Amino acid sequence: MPEPLLSLNALDARYGDFQALYGVDMQIISGEVVAIIGANGAGKSTLMRSISGLLPNESEQVVFKGRPVGDWRADRIAKLGVALVPEGRQLFPSLSVEENLKLGGAVGRKGQWSLDAVYGLFPVLKERRHQASNALSGGQQQMAAIGRALMANPELILFDEISLGLAPVVIRSIYEAFPDIVRQGMTAIIVEQDISRALSVSSRVYCLQEGRVSLTGRTDDVNRDEITAAYFGLAA
Amino acid sequence: MIEWVSAVTQGVLLGGLYALFAAGLSLIFGVMRLVNIAHGDLIVFAAYLGLSTTMTFGINPFLALFVVVPVMAGLGYILQRGLLNRTLGEDILPPLLVTFGLSVILQNALLEGYTADPRKLSAGTIETASLSVGGLSVGVLPLLTFAIAVAVIAGLQWVFYSTSAGRGFRAVSDNQEIAQIMGLNKAHVFGLAMALALAVTAIAGILLGVRTSFDPSIGGGRLIFGFEAVIIGGLGSLWGTLAGGIILGVAQTIGGKIDPGWQLLSGHIAFLAVLAIRPNGLFPRVDH
Repeated sequence: MPEPLLSLNALDARYGDFQALYGVDMQIISGEVVAIIGANGAGKSTLMRSISGLLPNESEQVVFKGRPVGDWRADRIAKLGVALVPEGRQLFPSLSVEENLKLGGAVGRKGQWSLDAVYGLFPVLKERRHQASNALSGGQQQMAAIGRALMANPELILFDEISLGLAPVVIRSIYEAFPDIVRQGMTAIIVEQDISRALSVSSRVYCLQEGRVSLTGRTDDVNRDEITAAYFGLAA
Repeated sequence: MIEWVSAVTQGVLLGGLYALFAAGLSLIFGVMRLVNIAHGDLIVFAAYLGLSTTMTFGINPFLALFVVVPVMAGLGYILQRGLLNRTLGEDILPPLLVTFGLSVILQNALLEGYTADPRKLSAGTIETASLSVGGLSVGVLPLLTFAIAVAVIAGLQWVFYSTSAGRGFRAVSDNQEIAQIMGLNKAHVFGLAMALALAVTAIAGILLGVRTSFDPSIGGGRLIFGFEAVIIGGLGSLWGTLAGGIILGVAQTIGGKIDPGWQLLSGHIAFLAVLAIRPNGLFPRVDH
């Protein structure tokens, strides 16, 4: 097995007294697309916050590119090559669409993603580049949020609930862009409540239940019943 | 009639100085939601820094700007990263208390270092020069002050909306967590914002010192004028802050024209009137 790009080692994430994750172990290999599924409150967003550095942990609990980064600030982790498409898009309302994208590129990492490349992926953003980001529709905002993360030219990109609150037809058009995003060997973690959508684009899956990994395996190998059991905690 | 036109003109020009008092306050609040109680004392501190610079090098106060502006900016960055960043969080009380303490420290340090005697910066003949426009006599110094204020506001506007640093200020102001995720170091961005604010404060302090005499106790009053100009103009709007300063200045000079004792009072009344009728100020930022 090659050296993992990201490993989580017995990660116990806490918010003060409340513990959200219990001994989560995870290895992500470079170039993989991994889905993380689980019910509301299972700890998916906490996992994203821990990897991206918004939630501080012990140093060795999060190892990225061989470096223990569990206690690093989020901006340092971003510069090392982790980008997040946050739940709920969270574009900057004071910034235009193009300024949001440029801000994403402010980490100063080189790579294939530039304004032109993002506009090539989502042409509608180019048409609306000078508009305020909150003037966009939900789907266009999601495209801008994805574009903003890509502008950082990350090695690992985290997608947190990108289909939440969007119409099915919009979700489909966003997922159609997915192969273009990961084609160049970018590693991705997709957090979704829409299980079939997540499984359709990923090669491996982790299921979280009440802060613990309840199932893991290759997407092709896990069956629906196993997922249902792992998802809801029903006795298999 | 001409006396009233003259009073309004003087008020407008005075408003430029108030806008300079206010711009730094507004900038800091906009970027990091920090109300800097020591702002007025920092203006006075800059005036004293100007005094020492002019005396040490024997130069004109306007030349002293080239020393005082960078020194104040540097102090601002250090102050923010060394002290004020530690006070920022969910609770708005700690930064208020700490800057209040800073205000007390500054006043007493200035008293210790420069005594309570009123001092003034001497800019030479420009102080008394005036232009005559259609029977109206306008002082060159107030005119210059106003022109500098407009230039500073325009410059801040440019920094905020046309540079990558300004993009960072607005992003951090919108959403600190997501800005961190995008690789912005919040502590550094706040440091830059305070440096910029104190650079403006330095200009305000020098212009204040050239216009009137000052002593270590007058910071509080300058804070109030700046605060009122920000609220009248509307939070988060730089041009609104200039408008707020002008309204405050005009209210004061008209009040002073009616009765010299009413000068300050009428400024406060104008402020209260705006607060009562438009609590968000005249030109609030609209982006949500």
